[in-house]
Amino acid sequence: MRLSEHIYKTIAAIRGVLLFVENVRGAVMGEMTRVISPDGRVMEGEVLKIEGGDVLIQVFGETRGLDLENTSVVFTDSVKKAPLARDILGRIFNGSFLPVDSLPMFVPRKWARISGFPINPTARARPEEFIETGFSVIDGLNTLVKGQKLPIFSCAGLPSKELTTAILKNAGLAGGGKDFVIVFAALGLTHNEYSYYLQALGEMRTDFTAFVNMADEPVMERLLAPRFALTAAEYLAFELGMDVLVVITDMTNYCDALREVSTAREELPGRRGYPGFMYSDLSSIYERAGRIKGMSGSITMIPVITIPEDDITHPIPDLTGYITEGQIVMSRDLHQKGIFPPVDVLPSLSRLMQRGIGAGHTRGDHRQIANQLYKYYAKGRELRRLEAIVGRDGMTEADKRLLDFAEAFEREFVAQGAKRKNINETLDTGIELIKRFCGGGP
Amino acid sequence: MTGRIDGISGPTVNVKMPGLRLYDRVYVGHAMLTGEVVRLAKQGAVIQVYENTAGLAMGEPVRGAGLPLAVRLGPGLLSGIFDGLQRPLQRLKEEIGPFITGGQEISALDYTRKFHFFPQKNKGEEVKQGDILGYFAEGAFKHHLVSRWNGTLAWLVSGACRLDSPIGRFEDGTEIPGSLEWPVRVPRPYRRKLTVSDPLLTGQRCVDFLFPMARGGTVILPGGFGTGKTILEQSIAKFADVDIVVYVGCGERGNEMAELIDEFGGLNDPWTGRKLMERTIFVANTSNMPVAAREASIYTAVSMAEYYRDMGLNVLLLADSLSRWAEALREISSSLEEMPGEEGYPTYLASRLSSFFERAGTVETLSGATGSLSMILSVSPPGGDFTEPVTQACMRATGGFLMLDTTLAHRRHFPAINWLQSYSLYEKSAMAYFNGSLSPAWEEAIRRCRDILSREMSLTAVAEIVGHDGLQDADRLLMRTAETIRQEFLCQNAYTEDAFSPPEKTLAAIAAILQGHDSAAEKITKGGTLDEIVP
Ligand SMILES: Nc1ncnc2c1ncn2[C@@H]1O[C@H](COP(=O)(O)OP(=O)(O)OP(=O)(O)O)[C@@H](O)[C@H]1O
Ligand SMILES: [Mg+2]
Repeated sequence: MRLSEHIYKTIAAIRGVLLFVENVRGAVMGEMTRVISPDGRVMEGEVLKIEGGDVLIQVFGETRGLDLENTSVVFTDSVKKAPLARDILGRIFNGSFLPVDSLPMFVPRKWARISGFPINPTARARPEEFIETGFSVIDGLNTLVKGQKLPIFSCAGLPSKELTTAILKNAGLAGGGKDFVIVFAALGLTHNEYSYYLQALGEMRTDFTAFVNMADEPVMERLLAPRFALTAAEYLAFELGMDVLVVITDMTNYCDALREVSTAREELPGRRGYPGFMYSDLSSIYERAGRIKGMSGSITMIPVITIPEDDITHPIPDLTGYITEGQIVMSRDLHQKGIFPPVDVLPSLSRLMQRGIGAGHTRGDHRQIANQLYKYYAKGRELRRLEAIVGRDGMTEADKRLLDFAEAFEREFVAQGAKRKNINETLDTGIELIKRFCGGGP
Repeated sequence: MTGRIDGISGPTVNVKMPGLRLYDRVYVGHAMLTGEVVRLAKQGAVIQVYENTAGLAMGEPVRGAGLPLAVRLGPGLLSGIFDGLQRPLQRLKEEIGPFITGGQEISALDYTRKFHFFPQKNKGEEVKQGDILGYFAEGAFKHHLVSRWNGTLAWLVSGACRLDSPIGRFEDGTEIPGSLEWPVRVPRPYRRKLTVSDPLLTGQRCVDFLFPMARGGTVILPGGFGTGKTILEQSIAKFADVDIVVYVGCGERGNEMAELIDEFGGLNDPWTGRKLMERTIFVANTSNMPVAAREASIYTAVSMAEYYRDMGLNVLLLADSLSRWAEALREISSSLEEMPGEEGYPTYLASRLSSFFERAGTVETLSGATGSLSMILSVSPPGGDFTEPVTQACMRATGGFLMLDTTLAHRRHFPAINWLQSYSLYEKSAMAYFNGSLSPAWEEAIRRCRDILSREMSLTAVAEIVGHDGLQDADRLLMRTAETIRQEFLCQNAYTEDAFSPPEKTLAAIAAILQGHDSAAEKITKGGTLDEIVP
């Protein structure tokens, strides 16, 4: 072990973001290094692999301009850590945890490893407290609960940005718990998207911390930003006792960055060129959501994914779905009908909803209303296929009623534009629909 | 025996160190991370490290344990919750808090706990290997202590004892410990394998009735995400008619494990009425816990399962999901820079899987009793595509294939077992058993149920063209019955009372549906119309 920083000028090769350094003593796996270019630029790098004195370093930044003779590498003896303090609230940082809101850097109270540590499964508390997003189709039928990870599956051209910002602005604990904060990570943003989100952050009513990585910023920062966000979230949740909602958009950009970096390392590609370890890598992010017994805070996560080529079997949505506890699926059809949010309830599901609804959580009649709405809508949708074949006239009265229900459900329950609805309004809309078309009601 | 770290890559570490043996356990670095020797060469050994390697430095010490990676077997494992290396997670939490930081070694067994031992052999008695020396009281179980040696007993404890000192001695001085270590990758011995015959009741209608499981058998549950693999595994863990359940959460969600553990705490075994926890062992190596330990987790679990099988018990191993194990194998293989096979999996994937499945079976134990180890394992094929290597390798080596269908799951038909494409090779023997022990109606009901479901499929195709009203009444009746079978018989909501269905109830349910069908069919032949008969 070394007791101080070591400087080397023994770079043997540079390939893309990878640096091969020779004759290094005592390198540490995952160690942070500073790479100093001949013109004095300083970048960070991380030790990926060690073989005797040969060390492979991945640089977080632009490697253009580095050379073999005059570039130096400083080994810091420490793994990547994030600075933390309550003062991260209200601030916007980039993918290197530097402020981009033209305010000075805060004074860190502590530093924590950004890869975090797994929560002992026996220490986890079951997620069961309702979080209100303000959207009926989520709150009513795919309820989000504290400690859950529930992704939004979007497709190119669908208004995921609008849905995300609406959630940023509207989400809260039912009854308005005060220690509710949002950590927002935006990955690979275009400048257009950036200004859009910036404006939304300006209109937020909850406290937040944001990490923003632009499309033209280093790919490595795209891999770091969510980890900074989650390390910050863990601090806010498990040290300061806050309920943290982490919204990450867009995980598709994250996965593409992962593929890019993995290819540069000449790792064996898996399905569609994405690395074979992508499942484990994604779980190291998603699994940081949760509650812990005996602690008051929580981390709830909404990752946003753009499904490439509208193919839900693509590795990005597929592996995400295999890790998260359900999914909110946006539909092109509904979007074309002008419905916002265009969420299709049939493939959507919140797997942890059961324990988070009902008396004491939302309302006593919630489960029954949700089941009935789902059932009638599923039937109505199936009948639409039949209608396409035999025509509306060939259908029974009961079937026609279900067809009308499906239509009204989309237009009146799912569609709500930018208006926020609380859970009571959501459930009442549901009851009214059931009464109107299916008689009785709960 | 010590050496120094000479290279680190992902979860593997190189070390120059003489005297190591393949698959020996080693302790790596100042943090004493557990590792296993996976490759030996003159230039040095490659070690698979079971914990996160970040923070390990070149030159840190590596210490050989002189023993292979092993589990500890003895009384007190039941109701335990372990990680993939058999570290007791609850005690770990008490010692280091809610986050697992790595490098802790805590024994799976509690050596300070008092057990009660009831000897069944006396001082001076000749004992042969395989003889039962006596038993510990472990909850409701007689936890047999089987002799590993031949000899004359000099002394054997009776009553209270602890595992940290011998509980007996042979005249030649050999001490008898109350527990043992067993290398996880080695199957535990038995006298011989017996043919698998008795059904293993799961309490799931669709399984017990259409695709029965056998004691000692192996079944896989492949399905895309959200098709209900975990819920089905968990339901079976609750309701299966076995003595012991070992449940492995292999590379899956933490919340799921928490929920399961929480729920089990308040449930009873429906067959015996005893606390469910008392017959269960959990192994939880969630997706964000170290990948190499995930690879080890199923071996840790199966070794504990075999240990209880050897006491003449019926043990069921449930693992969710085997695909995550295979992916761990792939990650390790790739960091060893091995030649990849199909989809990047190592070429030995299929042989590793089949030798794992071989550890299931009904056996005559060394003590002459009959014990069984059954396996029900979920598989998570990428993109829900069953032609991928893991599903295919499993299908070749297992006796049951319960295909979980995404379309059914989206319709909220749960358990989403596809009744046309699933199969069980244990069907015949199970049928014989039910015909004999329950009722001869069982077999006939299965035949009719299958028939109705397959005719429904052809009629649906017709109805798509001519419309429902274009079908004859008898056919419309059949479609109604098929729908009833699907919705009321094959569907089983895991969150309601209906979650558990013993065979009597299963038979009564299907019999009632068939009877309803028959009486309506008869009325139709007598000239009634469907709309009059069934409102
Ligand atoms: N028997 C059942 N009764 C009622 N609901 C069920 C049943 N089985 C599954 N479900 C529903 O389906 C959801 C998904 O089930 P489950 O978690 O078992 O899927 P999975 O196949 O394990 O998915 P993954 O591969 O992502 O882990 C559950 O949260 C529940 O809502
Ligand atoms: Mg599952």
